[in-house]
Amino acid sequence: MLFDYRNTLRMVTVAVLLSGGMMSVAHADDDDDERHEGISQERHSGKYGGENRGKPVQPSRINATFQKECSSCHIAYAPGLLPAESWRKVMAGLDKHFGTDASLTDQENKEITSFLVSHASNRWSASTAPLRITESAWFKRKHDAHEISPDIWKRPSVKSPANCAACHPQADRGDFEEDNIRIPK
Amino acid sequence: MFRVIHVLVLVFVAVAGLTSLSASAETADSILAAINNEAKSSTPSFKGFSAERGERFFKQTHGNELSCASCHTDNPAAPGKHAKTGKIIKPLAPAANPERFTDTAKVAKWFKRNCNDVLDRVCTPQEKGDVLTYLRTIKQ
Repeated sequence: MLFDYRNTLRMVTVAVLLSGGMMSVAHADDDDDERHEGISQERHSGKYGGENRGKPVQPSRINATFQKECSSCHIAYAPGLLPAESWRKVMAGLDKHFGTDASLTDQENKEITSFLVSHASNRWSASTAPLRITESAWFKRKHDAHEISPDIWKRPSVKSPANCAACHPQADRGDFEEDNIRIPK
Repeated sequence: MFRVIHVLVLVFVAVAGLTSLSASAETADSILAAINNEAKSSTPSFKGFSAERGERFFKQTHGNELSCASCHTDNPAAPGKHAKTGKIIKPLAPAANPERFTDTAKVAKWFKRNCNDVLDRVCTPQEKGDVLTYLRTIKQ
C-alpha cells in the first residue's frame, strides 16, 4: 500500500513537472495578442497571413558552426524567424550578403544551411520567402508604430531594426520574450 | 588503482596538450612567410613588404565607401566596430590580440571578404603582406 502511494506520488510529480515545463515553453513562445486570436484563423491561413515565425531552438541543439560564423558580424539570428526557403536564398548569396561579402567554405555553408533549414519556422504557411526578417508580416505587426514609437528606431543605441539585441538583450539565444524586452535610451 | 588513474590523467593531458599545440602551430611569422612565398612566385619584380605602404593601404579608401580602418579604426591595437551592424571587433594588431594571424584558413577567409568589400576584388600578396607587416609594427 505504501509502495503504491509512493508510486502514485511520483507519477503525479512527473506529470506536474511536465505540464509546468510545457506551459513555460508556451508562455515563452506566444504573446498576448496571439493567445486571444481565434484558433480557426490559424488553421486556415495562419497568423500574420501565413508569415509567422516558429519556436526557438533549444540551446543544446544549436549548431556550433552556425553560432561561430553567423555571430562574427551580427547576432546569430534564430532560424525560426524565417522559413526554410528564405534561409536557402540567404545561404546561396553570401558573397553579397546585404552588401557585404560573407562567403564561407562549401563545407561550412552546407552545414549551416542544413541547420537553418531543419530549424526554420514551422508556422510559415505562406509561399513568400523574404530575405530580411524585418520584411515578414509577424515582424512588422510586432514592431508597428502602435507597439514601437518611430523615434525609438532613430536612437543611436538602436541604430537599425536588424539590431535585435538593442531591445531584446537575449536575442542571441533566441529569446524574444516580452518580459525580457529592455528599450534603451 | 590511484596510480592507474594518475597515469591515465597524465596521458590525457599530454594528448590534449599536443592536439592544441598542433592546432595553433601557425603564427603571424609563418603566415607572413607564406604570403612572402606567394608574392615571390606570383610577382617576379617583388622586392619585399613595407609597413609604410601597408599603413597607407589600410587607412585609405579604394574607390568604395569603406576602408580597412572604417571597421578596424585608425588604431588597429584598439577594438573596432562593424560599419553596418555595429558589432564590436576585437583588435587586429597581434600585439594587442595574440589570437590574430594564427589560423591560415581564418586569415584567408577574412582577407577575401574584406578585400571584396573595400576594393571589389581580392588583394594581391603584396597588399596582404604590406598590411600584415604594418600590423606587426604596432605596439600595444
